[in-house]
Amino acid sequence: MSDALEVLDQVGKWKADGKGVAVATVIVTWGSSPRPVGSQLGVDDAGNMVGSVSGGCIEGAVVKEALDAIKDGKPRLLDFGVTDEQAWDVGLACGGKVQVFVEKVN
Amino acid sequence: MKAETLAALQDARTKRRAVTLATRLSDAAEALVYRDDARGELAGNAEILAAARRAMDTGKSETVDFAGAKVFLNVYVPPPRLVIVGAVHIAQSLAPMAAMLEFDVTVVDPRGAWATTQRFPGVKVIQDWADEAFQAMGLDVSTAVVTLTHDPKLDDPALEAALKSDVFYIGALGSRRTHAKRKERLAEVGVTEEMFARVHGPVGLNIGAKSPAEIAVSILGQIIEVRARRLEALSAPKVAAA
Repeated sequence: MSDALEVLDQVGKWKADGKGVAVATVIVTWGSSPRPVGSQLGVDDAGNMVGSVSGGCIEGAVVKEALDAIKDGKPRLLDFGVTDEQAWDVGLACGGKVQVFVEKVN
Repeated sequence: MKAETLAALQDARTKRRAVTLATRLSDAAEALVYRDDARGELAGNAEILAAARRAMDTGKSETVDFAGAKVFLNVYVPPPRLVIVGAVHIAQSLAPMAAMLEFDVTVVDPRGAWATTQRFPGVKVIQDWADEAFQAMGLDVSTAVVTLTHDPKLDDPALEAALKSDVFYIGALGSRRTHAKRKERLAEVGVTEEMFARVHGPVGLNIGAKSPAEIAVSILGQIIEVRARRLEALSAPKVAAA
């Protein structure tokens, strides 16, 4: 919980500095996903990150989508770890599944 | 997420006000749902408001389906807080143990010789009467209050004020006899039998605690139990309905 608030603080600072910002939030988990529902990752338009949605596994892919969301303003729903092979591809080696919602801060 | 939503979440944390942010996943439409208020595009949807407030009670964020529209309910609840009335010997054990359990601890006592930061390093110490201090800090549903002074002048107004709030736990140190007398005194100021039943007294689990540290363990054991049972009870019907 306090993690999420730290993320919001940093996101607020980026926003106040006039940067484009997006927030990614874990909204559903199955199995042994590393971060609980509600975990958040803040991303600025330079790709800087605060917080986490997986403990390091899928952040790269999420940041890419977040940068796109900052550009086009559209929210995104991302699924990770559907099969073991895909899980490995995006780095979710634990075999869990997560759904991540990405939205721009307007 | 709107910038003003972000600011409202930060403000709610500062004020220790519970809030759920409901976000519709298809278009990022939002509602900020408080216990007694709601704002945003989704604030007119009674079903969403009810679910958001239930989530606030259990402290669990989740995605819920409302007639085909998925809405994520992100819960921001303040950490549990323990307010100890009486900067006494037992409080010196209770305060650090509670802090270890990640409670936000405040010790309240109007007596300057007792309410010192030397006696209570690392926790908030307020030198004031409990009812005054409560008013300033605002008691909420994630707060527990324990009175330890043994002095009706100090304990009674604290209990009276705590009983008027929705704190999740109230405990009062004192024997069965002391507790019965306390009930009589509080009845005179309008505390009914039903209201008084919220007060755990004699305080703590019955584990034969004798020393101040043992009594602190028994009190914290009871607080943990009450909190866990409450959260279980709040989650259970929702799981069954889903």
